[in-house]
Amino acid sequence: MSLRPLPRWADLVLLPVLNLVLALLVSAIVVVAAGQSPAAALQALLVGSFGSWDSVGFTLFYATDMAFAGLAVAIAFKCGLFNIGAEGQAALGGLGLALVMLWLDASLPAGIVVPLAILAGAGFGAAWGAVPGWLQARRGSHVVITTIMFNFIAASLMVYLLVNVLIEPGNMAPETRRFAVGLSPLSDFGFPGRSPVNLALPLALVAALAVWVLVWRTPWGYGLRVVGSNPDAADYAGIDQGRRIVAAMAISGALAAGIAVNQILGSQDKLILNFTGGAGFTGIAVALMGRNHPVGVLLAALLFGALAQGGAELAFEMPELPRETVLVVQGLVILFTGALGGLLRAPLARLFAARA
Amino acid sequence: MTAPAIECRGVSKRFGHVLANDSVDLRVERGSIHGVIGENGAGKSTLMAILHGFHPADSGQILVDGNPAVIRDSADAARLGIEMVHQHFMLVEPFTVLENVMLGAEGGALLAEGTAHARQNLLRLGRDYGLVVDPDARIADLPVGARQRVEILKALHRGAEVLILDEPTGVLTPQEADDLFRVLRALRDEGKAVILITHKLREVMAVTDRVSVMRAGRMVAHRETAETTAAELGELMIGRRPAASSRPIPATPGPALLHVDDLRVRDNAGVERVRGVTFALHAGEILGLAGVAGNGQTELLEALSGMRAPEAGAITLRGQNIAGLDAAQIRRRGVAHVPEDRLRHGLVAEFEAQDSAILGYHRDPAWRRVLGLFSRSRVNAHAARLMRDHDVRPAAPRLRSSLFSGGNQQKLIMARELERAPEVLLVGQPTRGVDIGGIEAIHTRLRRWRDAGKAVLLVSVELDEILALSDRILVMFDGRLSGELPAGAADERQLGLLMAGAHA
Repeated sequence: MSLRPLPRWADLVLLPVLNLVLALLVSAIVVVAAGQSPAAALQALLVGSFGSWDSVGFTLFYATDMAFAGLAVAIAFKCGLFNIGAEGQAALGGLGLALVMLWLDASLPAGIVVPLAILAGAGFGAAWGAVPGWLQARRGSHVVITTIMFNFIAASLMVYLLVNVLIEPGNMAPETRRFAVGLSPLSDFGFPGRSPVNLALPLALVAALAVWVLVWRTPWGYGLRVVGSNPDAADYAGIDQGRRIVAAMAISGALAAGIAVNQILGSQDKLILNFTGGAGFTGIAVALMGRNHPVGVLLAALLFGALAQGGAELAFEMPELPRETVLVVQGLVILFTGALGGLLRAPLARLFAARA
Repeated sequence: MTAPAIECRGVSKRFGHVLANDSVDLRVERGSIHGVIGENGAGKSTLMAILHGFHPADSGQILVDGNPAVIRDSADAARLGIEMVHQHFMLVEPFTVLENVMLGAEGGALLAEGTAHARQNLLRLGRDYGLVVDPDARIADLPVGARQRVEILKALHRGAEVLILDEPTGVLTPQEADDLFRVLRALRDEGKAVILITHKLREVMAVTDRVSVMRAGRMVAHRETAETTAAELGELMIGRRPAASSRPIPATPGPALLHVDDLRVRDNAGVERVRGVTFALHAGEILGLAGVAGNGQTELLEALSGMRAPEAGAITLRGQNIAGLDAAQIRRRGVAHVPEDRLRHGLVAEFEAQDSAILGYHRDPAWRRVLGLFSRSRVNAHAARLMRDHDVRPAAPRLRSSLFSGGNQQKLIMARELERAPEVLLVGQPTRGVDIGGIEAIHTRLRRWRDAGKAVLLVSVELDEILALSDRILVMFDGRLSGELPAGAADERQLGLLMAGAHA
């Protein structure tokens, strides 16, 4: 009970790095058990994620998803809410922006229709987040439960719409027609290599900055943090908890829609099913590892982007390694950096206390 | 001569940089009531936690009945017959008295036998010590005094030979405290050892046989109660002569600022806790609101400060009805509030102190600059100034709020609330968990505020505090005002009766 808190740098840098090392060590055991060389696997992972401009581009492309998802989870968490619904909010975001694109992409110039589509996507995502927020604030239904249910509703809704309504006539696959325009890839601006990384990446950086300013530099964000840390003190200070909760969930949903911007508008150019690929859930681990701070979230997003890209390369480079091994490695990183993030905290604190 | 029930020899315990117990010696004889007194933070609770197995001692020896004992956890303590009645009761509210008493001593895989045994034992204990409680009543339905009796019964049922009571009278009326003392004397006469932890000298003088005084982690004196005086003990406790607690200079109350008219307030469970309260608060007075905890003072304070919307009635501030406004709106109208529970309401434990120092005033443009964004340097400078002016230690604005001592947290909250020179100050339990030095500072500040012509409503369960500060005293019982006394005419007995609902 008397352990002093860790120094800031140890808490923010040393601890996550140690957790990552631990995860890789256990992964090495798994690789050895599968009869392969862990050194070769690690090399494949690193080369696969950062070995060429192509792979760097793919890593950044995946990292963009993770950044939006992580920011979405983080801002809700700052308000004391555990938003598990980024997946569904992203799906609805995709629907919103696809509707605008299908409707207006032929009649308006790209410079107008694309921002409009992004706004619509954010709006749909925000609405899909705000409803569970409202249910918690006014009806006491826990967002953990409602957002999970909203994921299922969103998934079913998307299947129905893409199979029955939005499908391109004559197409067998449940997807819309291609949009006439989209978000420009970064290669248009001189980014080397061939990869789908696009303008959604700088958009994610702007979003991270905006989240930071909003949460840490405005009275509104101050109230958000009070609600998240001590709801009773919010009553005392005259901060309306319910309104903060609804707003935090709406912003969270809008940020989750960034996944759709990156995937649908930046890469696919059409609305498809399951484009989120689980990024909404990985966002929970990203936020956990990033300690719910935008800078931490960006760094963690880069790590998880690298794991996604490097993992795919690993499966390609070492076909003898069961495909599932890659999933196990990714899972271990999530486990150690997210769920078991505090594992090394106490021993580390003791170490520092002994030195002091 | 028989060995003492408990003997500590040179017990030390360090938490980080704080030496909470520094080579402490203590002898508690069988068949005695032994007081352990000291200010908050003197190390009483740490010592008792060691005896009860919550913390291991770093060094030193504990002997039970003359035999060296190792107490690693509360199960060890229970085996040695050491039981503790905590300040905050450890009872399962939806369970009955009987079920609570059996908890941890169920006696076998099937409940029936243990239940029968416990029921019998409970009746016997009740008879022997005057601890009468209905074994089938649910804890949630029992008043505080009865809950405490259940805690004692629980300890005795588990075979307590040494009973430690931590600040047992904090939640009791003087009359209930007298009942408790009768029970303790009966226990003593049975040959049990009772350790009474308290900071109330009056109780020590009234009920103990011996008393040990702790200060800053050290045991500074042991006395036979009959051979000492409250004055001597007080001096030993704080290490100097306490400042004479002057009776307040007669106040010169001005016009009434705040009128409360037939106010009714419900708690979260929908129970009406304030049931028609009417009074006026004048400029230039401290109005004391006395009462045993849980008689509606908390809800009254919450309604006045805007944290809780009243059910009915009016709250009029300078002629304007403010009932139903939220806390921010009421604060803007010049009503400041030092809340009863500072960790729950007064600050955000995990925030840096400088962020807690703007709680409730966070919309103020004073610490915002470009585009209305916070300027960290202004927030920091503001906190540093408050800390300097109000002697908050350490004066470290970036330290986490939870790492300050209770007294310093309270000083920071007072500083924040007084800064805007509010016309009306609502104060709940201003010195709860604050050491004597801090209490003096806070009392002085409240008096000065009154002398500056402001209105102060003081809600406190500490009668000494009410008597020391108030110009006028209201007593609350069961959601209603059971009496009003001018400060000069009030004495403790009379207040006690009003607090218990009897008419004086």
